[in-house]
Amino acid sequence: MSIFEAELKNGRFVIPECPKCQKVIWPPNESCTQCFGNTVWRTVNDPGILVEYSSKDGKMFCIAEFENSIRIMGALYCDKTPIIGQKIKISSCGFDKSPKFTFTQE
Amino acid sequence: MNKVAVVGYSDTKFSSDDIPIESSMFAAVKLLFEQTPNLAQNDIDAVLTSTNDNKKYLSPIVSEMSGITPKISHNVENLCNSGTNATVSAFSYIASGLADVALVVGAERFDSPGQVLQWDDSRGEFKHPIFWASMFTKAHKRKFGTTDEHLAYVSAKNHRNALDNPTAYSPKKYTVEEIMNSKKLTDDLRLLDCSRPCTGSSAILLASEKTAKKFTDIPVLISGIGQKTTSASFTKNDLTSIESTRLAAHDAFLMSKTSPEKIDVAEIHDAFTICELMVLEDLGFTQKGKAGQFVLDLYNTNNKKINPRGGLIGAGHPLGATGIAQISEITRQLQGKSGKKQTENPKIGLVQNMSAAATSSTVLILES
Ligand SMILES: [Zn+2]
Repeated sequence: MSIFEAELKNGRFVIPECPKCQKVIWPPNESCTQCFGNTVWRTVNDPGILVEYSSKDGKMFCIAEFENSIRIMGALYCDKTPIIGQKIKISSCGFDKSPKFTFTQE
Repeated sequence: MNKVAVVGYSDTKFSSDDIPIESSMFAAVKLLFEQTPNLAQNDIDAVLTSTNDNKKYLSPIVSEMSGITPKISHNVENLCNSGTNATVSAFSYIASGLADVALVVGAERFDSPGQVLQWDDSRGEFKHPIFWASMFTKAHKRKFGTTDEHLAYVSAKNHRNALDNPTAYSPKKYTVEEIMNSKKLTDDLRLLDCSRPCTGSSAILLASEKTAKKFTDIPVLISGIGQKTTSASFTKNDLTSIESTRLAAHDAFLMSKTSPEKIDVAEIHDAFTICELMVLEDLGFTQKGKAGQFVLDLYNTNNKKINPRGGLIGAGHPLGATGIAQISEITRQLQGKSGKKQTENPKIGLVQNMSAAATSSTVLILES
């Protein structure tokens, strides 16, 4: 299990960053895509923004974007009609065969 | 660089048959030998298979089953565009002089492991293709005002075209209303917006220009090739444009000295209805946001120019066979041998085949 998955399993969304290139690596990997050096892991800056959404069986799913670069799909819970570009925050995350994220309107 | 032509082809009936992948491949090879004059096993220098099946050593196995002892034999896997990737490899062997004649055979089973890219963690738990297709659809609707009706016309056209394709998987005519009322999978996608996985195989025979006439009076040259991979993960995509197709098309048009307006007939990768609209736009057949109207016009004038065999939606989508079946159809079209599917006197054809939420694309230009 990767560091990304292991941390998610404990409810922490961490992302890899290359200290040399100061670049976030996404999808997550233990090496930098530019210099091949080791990445270090840190928590993501929440909130992100809503990129797009749809729904299945009345449950919304979406693409969220964090730090202008990290895009991830998850479930979306909203009281009001979502607006593209609005701020959304991570309400839970985990890992069970796949990463599981839920987002809510800020 | 040697010029390379398509000189033979075969397509088996797409089905839900539970048969071993090598048997499916063998059926296409056997049919190709039956349909190709003057072809003997020892003519073939290279055998390339394309599939996402987990079985190993398939090219040597199929070669042995067919009595072929090729110099070059291997499998090519690249999810949904495995078939055109294998064709590009075969093209390169002939162009370079390493081989003179190459057989490319693609096949898939209905239960292929290639349908979902498990690796892509950026999709979260939403790994099935219906989720990325919904994101593309919603974003296209939002940016360009594309409607469910526009999408339904893609499906209606391709299902109608498939009625004249004897190898299509359960061909059936659907009205736009039936499509718009088919089972709702997500807010932006209905069952009849989707291509269906199935079992099937197709094969093509490639030869150098100098050898081509041995097998056919009408060789069809592959005059342009473009391939591009932009990522493996879906979420890096722009949601309203397919960059990999746009870049691959640019290279293919450049190599063949052609342009979108010169294309008479095309098979494009309509894994979902939204894909056909986006691909038409990114190939340059129509402006961004105008593909809905473009397809509506094709439908209303019964024009079979785009996806004459029914595309993936009409004909079924056996992943490893799809790209080969597309090339097979465009070759038939350019030879004037496509029967009831035949478009009017086409001279230049195009194949567009892509993988994994459109992260990788192949575009081929064929000329008679
Ligand atoms: Zn680095």
